[in-house]
Amino acid sequence: MSSVEHPLRKYLRPSVEATTFCPGCGDGTILASILRAIDELGMTMDDFVFVSGIGCAAWIISPNFNADVLHTTHGRPIAFATGIKLNLPEKKVMVVSGDGDLTAIGGNHLIHAARRNIDIVVICVNNGIYGMTGGQVAPTTPREARTITTPLGSIENTFDISRMVQASGASYVARWTTYQPRQLIRSIKKAVQKKGFAFIEVVSQCPVQFGAKTGAGNAVQMLEMYRQRSISVKKAAEMSPDEIGDRIVVGEFVDTVKPELCEEVAILKERARGEG
Amino acid sequence: MGHTMESRRLPAGKYFMMGNVACAEGAIAAGCDFSAGYPITPASEITHTLAKRLPEVGGYFLQTEDEIGAICAGIGASWTGKRVLVPTSGPGISLMLENIGFAVGVETPVVLVNIQRGGPTTGAPTMGLQGDMIQPRRGSHGDYEIIALCPSSPQEMFDFMIRAFNLAERYRTPVFVMSDAFIGHMREEVSIPEPGEIDLMYRKIPEEGADLSKIKLFLDEDVAPMPIFGKGFRSHVTSSCHDEHGNRNLIDPTALDNFINRLRNKILKHRDEIVQVESDYDGCEVALVAYGAVARCAKEASYVARSKGMGVGYLRIITAWPFPEREVQELSQRIKRIIVLENNSGQYYPYVKAEAAGRAEVTFLPPEILGQVHDLDYVVQKVEEMLR
Repeated sequence: MSSVEHPLRKYLRPSVEATTFCPGCGDGTILASILRAIDELGMTMDDFVFVSGIGCAAWIISPNFNADVLHTTHGRPIAFATGIKLNLPEKKVMVVSGDGDLTAIGGNHLIHAARRNIDIVVICVNNGIYGMTGGQVAPTTPREARTITTPLGSIENTFDISRMVQASGASYVARWTTYQPRQLIRSIKKAVQKKGFAFIEVVSQCPVQFGAKTGAGNAVQMLEMYRQRSISVKKAAEMSPDEIGDRIVVGEFVDTVKPELCEEVAILKERARGEG
Repeated sequence: MGHTMESRRLPAGKYFMMGNVACAEGAIAAGCDFSAGYPITPASEITHTLAKRLPEVGGYFLQTEDEIGAICAGIGASWTGKRVLVPTSGPGISLMLENIGFAVGVETPVVLVNIQRGGPTTGAPTMGLQGDMIQPRRGSHGDYEIIALCPSSPQEMFDFMIRAFNLAERYRTPVFVMSDAFIGHMREEVSIPEPGEIDLMYRKIPEEGADLSKIKLFLDEDVAPMPIFGKGFRSHVTSSCHDEHGNRNLIDPTALDNFINRLRNKILKHRDEIVQVESDYDGCEVALVAYGAVARCAKEASYVARSKGMGVGYLRIITAWPFPEREVQELSQRIKRIIVLENNSGQYYPYVKAEAAGRAEVTFLPPEILGQVHDLDYVVQKVEEMLR
C-alpha cells in the first residue's frame, strides 16, 4: 500500500507525531499558515530561526518546526530574538507566541523592538485569554467577559495590540482571524519579505478556555463569529468607535519602508573601524 | 586610511585604570563580541567602555529596554556563537534571575558581572556591599549549580574576565564575576598582557554534517557540543525539562532528575578545574576567610597580626561558587579558629561554618559600619581581642 505524505510534513521535525493543541484550537491553522507561506516563498527551514515564549501558541513552533527553535521564558521571546537577529542578520528570525506572552508580561520588549524596527517577524496569536494556565483574564479579553479570574465579568479595557505596535514604529502590521487563512498566509509572506519589524496579530479561537468560560461557544461558533464580526481596515476608517463596537478590524494597518536596526548597526561598525 | 584590528587592541603594557574599565578591556581581550545592558550605578562604566570599544573590534553593545531584555538578548547572541558579557549591579541581577536560570537550563555560555552596591532595594548605589553573594547561587528558581568568581583588584577585573569567559565556554554555563562598587570604581595599576600571552577556550560545537541523533547535545556531564543556530543543525532548544537531544519531557520524573543532576554534575564533577583559593595559614592557629574587596584587608591583617606575634593566616576565596568545600574542610582540620570577614551581615559565613562544623570554631566579623571596607586597624584589634 502506498502512502501519501502531507506536502507540509517535510517542514516538521521527524520525531513529531502529534500536536499538543486542544480539539478546535486555532493554533493548527496558524501553524499550517506559517508553513504554507514559507513553502510558497520557496524558502527552507534553514533560512529561519524560530523563537517562542511560554503558552499554547509557543508550542506551535516547539518542537514541531524542523528548524533552529528557541523556546524561551514567559514574555521574553522578542528580547531573545533581538540578540539572535543582531548576530545572524542573514537569517529570518520569526517569533510565534501568544497575546499574554507578548503584550502582558512581554509588552515592553514588543514596543521597543517595534521602535528599533529590527528585522523580526512576530506572529501574535490572540485568543483573548490565558489558555494553558486555565482561562484567566488577559489584557486582550473583551470587557464584561467572564473568565476564571473575572467571575463577575472583566471591568478592564482591552488592548488594541495592532494599533499599539503601529504607534511604536513597526514597518508592517496586520491583523487577521483564523477565519481568513488565505489573507493570513499572504500577510506572513509579506512580513517575511519585509526589511523591518513586521507584526501580525492573529485572532484565534480557544474553545476550551475562552469559548467555555465566556460563553462564546465551540470552535465552529467562534469561527462563525469571526466571519460575522470582521470588517476591513478601510471600512472601519469611515466608522465611529461606537459603530465599530465589538467588531474585529482586519487587514493591513502599516506597510512602510524605514531604516532597519541591523543595517544601521552594520554602518555603525564600519564607521567605528574607520571604514565608513 | 583603514585601521587594522590589531591597532584597535589596547597595547600591552601598564595602565592606571578603573576596575570597571579593566573589566570591559578584559572582556574584549577574552574575545567578547556582544554585550547588552541597561544603565545602572555603579556598573555603568563597563557599558560606557564597551559601547565605544566593541564596534571597533567588530562587535556590538546593545542598550536594552530593561535588564531582562539585556540577559535575554545576550543569551540569544550566545546561541549564534557569540561571546557575551552582561554587566550590571544587584538590582539588575534581581531582574535577570529567571533568565539566568534559563541559561543554566539550556546550557548557554554567558558572563555576568555584578558590581554589587548597597541594598536591599534602591539602597545606596555608590556604596559597595557584598550583599548579593547568595543571589547567583540560589536566586533563580529550581535546583542548579553556578560558577562565581570574586576579583579583589582592577587587575583581577581584567584577568578574571578571561577566566570567566573560558569557564563559560568550557562548561556551557553562565559565570558570574562578583565585584562591588569599591573594586569597580577603584583605580590601580593594571598590566595588560600581549594577546599571545592570553589563552582562550572556545565552546565545542558539533561538526558540520554530523548525525545529531547519535550525539548528546544537552545534559552531558562532560559538556555536550553546543548546536548553535544558523549552521543547519535544526536545534530544538527548550526551557522545558528535556532529554540529551532537547526533546521536551514533562511526564517522566526520571527526565527531571536527569535534567537537574546532569546539569549540576557538569559543574561539580569538574570542581577541581573550577575552584580556586589563595591561602597562607601554615602553622597558624587562626585563619581569616574573605573574598573580593575584603580579602585585601584580611590578607594585610594576617601579616600585621603575625608581625605582632599572633599566629594568624588567611584563606582567600577566589571561586565563591561552587563552594570550595574541600579547601574549607582542609583549613578547618589544620587550624583551630576561623574568622569570616564579609562586608555584609554574614552571607557566606553560614556555609563556612557548616563546612567547618565540629573541627574549628567559626566566627563572623563585619566591618564597623556596613558599606565601608574593613579597616585594617579595626580588624587587627578585633582579632587580638578574640585571641585573648
